[in-house]
Amino acid sequence: MKRRNWTLRIGGCVAAVMVALILLGTVWTPYDPNALAGAEKSMAPCLAHLFGTDNFGRDLFSRVLEGGRTSLLIAFCTVAIGGVCGTVIGSLTGYFGGLVDEVLMRFNDSVSAFPNILLALVCVSIFGTGKYKIILVLGVLFIPSFARIVRGEFARERSRDYVENARIMGAGPFRVMFAHILPNVKTVLLSSVAIGFNNAVLAEAGMSFLSMGVQPPDASLGRMLAEAQGSLFTMPWYALSTGCFMVLLILGFSLLGQGLQEQEREL
Amino acid sequence: MQSKMRNLILAVLTVSMLLSLAACGEKNQQDGDQEVNTPQTTRADTNEINVGIPQDLEDSLDPHVTTAAGTREVLFNVFEGLMKADPEGNIIPAVAEKCDVSDDAKVYTFTLREGVTFHNGQTVTVDDVVYSISRCAGMLDDGIYTAASTLKGIVSVEAPDDRTVVITLSEGNTEFLASLVTTYAAIIPADYTEQATQPVGTGPFKFASRSPQENFVIERFDSYWGTPAKLDKVTYLVTAMDTAVMSMKSGVIDVFAHLTADMAKSVEDQFTIEKDTAKLVQALYLNNAVEPFNDVRVRQALCYAVDVDQIIDLVVDGNGVRVGSSMFPAFGKYFDESLSTYYTHDVEKAQELLTEAGYPDGFSMTITVPSNYPQHVQTGEVIAEQLKAVGIMAQIEQVDWNQTWLTEVYANRNFQSTVVGFDTSTLTARGMLERWTSDHGKNMINFNSAEYDELFRQAIACTDDGEQTALYKQMERILTEEAANVYIQDIYNMVAVNPGLEGLTFYPMYVLDVATISWKEA
Repeated sequence: MKRRNWTLRIGGCVAAVMVALILLGTVWTPYDPNALAGAEKSMAPCLAHLFGTDNFGRDLFSRVLEGGRTSLLIAFCTVAIGGVCGTVIGSLTGYFGGLVDEVLMRFNDSVSAFPNILLALVCVSIFGTGKYKIILVLGVLFIPSFARIVRGEFARERSRDYVENARIMGAGPFRVMFAHILPNVKTVLLSSVAIGFNNAVLAEAGMSFLSMGVQPPDASLGRMLAEAQGSLFTMPWYALSTGCFMVLLILGFSLLGQGLQEQEREL
Repeated sequence: MQSKMRNLILAVLTVSMLLSLAACGEKNQQDGDQEVNTPQTTRADTNEINVGIPQDLEDSLDPHVTTAAGTREVLFNVFEGLMKADPEGNIIPAVAEKCDVSDDAKVYTFTLREGVTFHNGQTVTVDDVVYSISRCAGMLDDGIYTAASTLKGIVSVEAPDDRTVVITLSEGNTEFLASLVTTYAAIIPADYTEQATQPVGTGPFKFASRSPQENFVIERFDSYWGTPAKLDKVTYLVTAMDTAVMSMKSGVIDVFAHLTADMAKSVEDQFTIEKDTAKLVQALYLNNAVEPFNDVRVRQALCYAVDVDQIIDLVVDGNGVRVGSSMFPAFGKYFDESLSTYYTHDVEKAQELLTEAGYPDGFSMTITVPSNYPQHVQTGEVIAEQLKAVGIMAQIEQVDWNQTWLTEVYANRNFQSTVVGFDTSTLTARGMLERWTSDHGKNMINFNSAEYDELFRQAIACTDDGEQTALYKQMERILTEEAANVYIQDIYNMVAVNPGLEGLTFYPMYVLDVATISWKEA
């Protein structure tokens, strides 16, 4: 009997709910996330304000949704850049091997030797902050991890019988790579996308926390956590709501990634 | 089974990652604690306190060179001028015993106090005084550019005998004594070259040690000529604003000035909160030389569009006073109350002015804020939101105080707008107003008004006090009418003080006097 993959299901559900909430936030939030309201400042969670309000009277639920959207946007774009470039580089080097493979992979190693967040901070202090610069910086920094995984898979797959067969039938190298091998490494790729997504959310939050990431008035979960820190004792709901939202977002995608890996093992 | 375990580990890791973000700052404080404290004895036993400061003393420890208000706030305890200020703002003798002023206010004759010694043990001589005054007035050819331009009118500094110093000014200046009370005009040993790293002065405290980004330690100077300091040792701990509450709650810090409203609320159960206006003018400072702020109508539109009362309510929780011009209420004599309400919140009027100036749909602008001052950052955020009502899209750029703000914004004037607070260390209106004269080296906003310059020339030449005050008030009015900046508030300086301490004294300057603080008798 096939065992039910609960990790995948729970992860998928949590991630789907979080993404749905955030997508809902792009079209509708209970309040304008940036609207100042002096009369309603520092309110504890209640029916009108589910997560309470901050010291400017801004509705935290709306702000968390907006911050989540920023995180989501940055994470998706980062993973898209990293994933696409990484897959192309990884598949080429993995399939062909040789000198180019050696050079690119050693370069890869040297980049991976530094923690991503450190490199990102260095880049940001050189090129400046802002949403799009962060996407670009993180995206480029995420290429090596994807390239490494894809390269490993391609190197393993290229000597398989089905690849040999495709080649004998006269398929060109690009057809073999992207039409035959790629579908077979799909699950590995998907699970690393989910993990990369989490890393991107954390990297963005970390940078914004250090005020080197997303700049106001753009909301960001990391910056909200930094702001919440000053009022941890007077307004605990500020840090809690922001923190929990981030935990759930990351947990959902983590479980999803893990579930995908399990799925692959069972196949 | 295995996968459940893994999920659990994963969840724990995720949470701990988040927590570790928040905990990084805290760890540093604990390290600092061990360094300054032995486990068994309390700081009351060793008669010392820890004062938290939000920024390191990075620019220079040389009193004639340093410009950062935060640095001068600390150095105030190490240095003295010929004269000094008392808590009421009166000018009283310090290194000088008395001062005779000629009738035309051009010649100032100082008699040195006997038995004043430097922290290095040397007695203060007239040579040291002549050297110090010449140096801070920029008369020595050693590249020292002092920020106190009020000292620039000095023609000669002479010592006719070994207890007298005569300072002659190019023109009469009744406010000259006030410019001598600042650390800019501190008396330092002649030809001592280590001032920038090993400061030596005559104040109640002497410099003990400094560890960059960590602490700055001063100890009581036992040979001080005046009332000796009550504490043996004061350690300034560099504490980022976002971890300051934790440090205060854990008892590492005894005194912390410039609290935000939130911070004050967080620690009020453990600390006494003392309040006084901070004597600074917080404003959205506009670079008058760049588009679109070179148009007075745009600047005025901003003044109408910004709701100052809302800022005071939201950012400082009501702990602020409207200013309206480059003058704060504590300078009662020079402060013009009517200017503080010259611009009232009026979105329509702002819109009209913008339309007139050719920006009917608003524009985009950047507000640069120093990231270590949460009050300025938050003010910027509120302003950005308020400006949306007139179609102005403000982007906020948080920058590092030392690396970027002081060099790019303040020195290179490479900015569009910035939220900061300006203070003065001299006890006259001149300190606040002179910096906006068109050719002044620190006229960061590039304010340019011939009328303003002319009024300033008249004011400093004026020997009649009432007339001079009137001229200064006219200058303030020009700043307001021309909307040189979007003036906001003087923020209350809220100081958290360990309830076991007493004697905190406020001055009409941006300083924190630790010499009067002591532990209460047990």
